[in-house]
Amino acid sequence: MTWVSNNLDLIVSLTVAHLRQSALPIILGLLLALPLGWLAFRFRRARGPILVSSGLLYTVPSLALFAILPPLLGISFLSIANLIIALTIYAVAIMVRSVADALGSIDPDVRSAAVAMGYRPWRSFWSVELPLAGPVILAGLRVAAVSTISLATVGVLIGAENLGYLFTNGLQRRIVPEVLAGVVAVMVIALVIDLVLVIAGRMLMPWAPRRPDRKSKAERAMAS
Amino acid sequence: MNLFAEAFAWLFSPDRLTGSHPLPAAIGEHLFYTFVSVAIAALIAVPLGYLVGHTGKGRDLAVALAGAGRAVPSFGLIVLLVLVLGVTHKPLAAVITFVLLAVPSILAGAYSGLESIDRAVIDAGRATGMTEWQIFRRIEVPLGLPLLVAGMRSAVLQVVATVTLAAYVGLGGLGYYIIQGVPLRRYDQILGGALAVTILALVLDGVFALLERLAVPPGAPRQSRKSSRREIQTREEMEQIEHYPVEQSN
Repeated sequence: MTWVSNNLDLIVSLTVAHLRQSALPIILGLLLALPLGWLAFRFRRARGPILVSSGLLYTVPSLALFAILPPLLGISFLSIANLIIALTIYAVAIMVRSVADALGSIDPDVRSAAVAMGYRPWRSFWSVELPLAGPVILAGLRVAAVSTISLATVGVLIGAENLGYLFTNGLQRRIVPEVLAGVVAVMVIALVIDLVLVIAGRMLMPWAPRRPDRKSKAERAMAS
Repeated sequence: MNLFAEAFAWLFSPDRLTGSHPLPAAIGEHLFYTFVSVAIAALIAVPLGYLVGHTGKGRDLAVALAGAGRAVPSFGLIVLLVLVLGVTHKPLAAVITFVLLAVPSILAGAYSGLESIDRAVIDAGRATGMTEWQIFRRIEVPLGLPLLVAGMRSAVLQVVATVTLAAYVGLGGLGYYIIQGVPLRRYDQILGGALAVTILALVLDGVFALLERLAVPPGAPRQSRKSSRREIQTREEMEQIEHYPVEQSN
């Protein structure tokens, strides 16, 4: 553990870089998944193609995606942009489905009630549907955030400086504590970000069930 | 686009059949590590998952495990195990890593498969005088099979991706071409290797999607047919909310 105390500065600066590199894909992923998930929910024709293609994108191994994106987008292989775009694609692939399921889990009566009260579609989406879909979307966001943080470490292979550096450097120098510190640090920040999301969700969505009944409508919809 | 042509030229060049790392051998290694690891993981996770699903005990632990699994950086874990077990035991270290990564998905598939069964069906079995073992063998296993296969599908995909990364510690497989091509700036080789591993992943995903369909017993409710690995994940997500904050997520 002396390695950790002697290299605390390195770990802290890599953690900050790691968080910075993960935050953008998580936020971008959510912003892209919302309209895509809505399209998949709203238009039956769009549902299949959107959900299937996001499933297929999720299937592509990370290292392969890093190699396929640059020639497609004209970016450099060894670039942060490559990492950010690849992680954003995975985040979108995870969240599109939960957005579509979340919107689909809303009781149609609630939607009809909003229409009956004179809500136009745009307003109904923002003030009725999105708040009700929020808790399920949050569940998807949490999965996407945690996987993004752990996947970002692979970025070190395409030149991104983040906690993954502790793995490659630790292997080359054969320092076990360094690699262990990297694994633990990634898990800790994933846990912390997850907690932050849960707390933010409770504050922003006080109507969300704290311990949803196992057979809550949302879950039944997701399980089907 | 030109690069893609070069990558395909690289993939289908006769040179791929010779040399120190022929392509068929790399595909073979990749598949070998994937199937061995998933098989070992299934031997561990399926009985455990069935136990959890049948008795309902230890469910919180299984959910927490599935959650923690996603937060573990697989690349870091493989490097760590290679260092700890020694470079001479690379294949062992790699297989242990892959098994650890595959267990949570298969476990989740096994117990959620049993949990997804309508209680009335099980009660009906009991009412007709079936023993616990008969209920398990004749009702729970067949009806839970599609979700179990879905869990194995996601485990296979995760392992395929991690075997690719394991090339960094010198394990071979299709990731070798990508990892080795980076310092040499051989982009046709990098992209060729990437396309090969992507195609492998897509084919395996397709095979398991088909198996999932075949696993639905005749007469079973259509609902289970639609289930996919992604939906299991979402189920877990809901479960995690329920049990927060005991475990880390993902």
